[in-house]
Amino acid sequence: MHFEYRVQGGDFVRAGQASSQVKKILKQLNVAPQIIKRVVVALYEGEVNIVAHAFQGKIYIDIETDKIRVILDDVGPGIPDIEMAMRPGFSTASPIVREMGFGAGMGLPNIKENTDRMKISSVVGVGTRLEFVVNLKE
Amino acid sequence: MHMKVKEVVDVLNLKVFSGHDGLDNSIIGGYTSDLLSDVMGNAPAGAVWITLQTHVNVMAVATLKDLSAVILVKGLEPEANTLQQSNKEGIPILGTNLQAFEISGLLYNLINKK
Repeated sequence: MHFEYRVQGGDFVRAGQASSQVKKILKQLNVAPQIIKRVVVALYEGEVNIVAHAFQGKIYIDIETDKIRVILDDVGPGIPDIEMAMRPGFSTASPIVREMGFGAGMGLPNIKENTDRMKISSVVGVGTRLEFVVNLKE
Repeated sequence: MHMKVKEVVDVLNLKVFSGHDGLDNSIIGGYTSDLLSDVMGNAPAGAVWITLQTHVNVMAVATLKDLSAVILVKGLEPEANTLQQSNKEGIPILGTNLQAFEISGLLYNLINKK
């Protein structure tokens, strides 16, 4: 099964919509709740990253029998130092975004912890691609 | 036997802003934090979330994490679209004039007494 969602930079009101729809789909597919939880945490953090940092983005989701693959592709400033971005507590979020309780530098670590494979590639001034896989069978 | 949201509302004298359909939700525990990623990563399903954040993303997190209710501290009130989302999802938004430390302590004692 393949799904695609658009994400608009700055649109915090709709942040989480893709995660919410994917959660419903996985429930219908009878995926174990603790696995749905992992996918939802990772996907939500990915969505919020696009909203908080990029101009726009697209999410591509492929659900196979044994795994879910997610690609979040954004047009945005890119990440100059991915190793630094992965560090818990490091964030470049704006003061307004931080006031909302985002931008605590926990997003990427949350994604890493809740996925079985994760890869970030980025070109400064162009955009960022985050790919992750979560196994659906324990 | 877990407590229900409405029992906590009664005992702790909380205001119910919205999400009345969820007053029978069972409370499994609590989580106090104003960082959304912290709640996303660490709050257990069925927890009551105690926070000062009032914007609509609170409901996105509460829904995705299957939380039982949200308590806003210090007399804060939810924004209009936060209310709407709470009603739609049936996750109550509650309010107290106490600050987070105080209400967390009261809720902790209440849940662990039962």
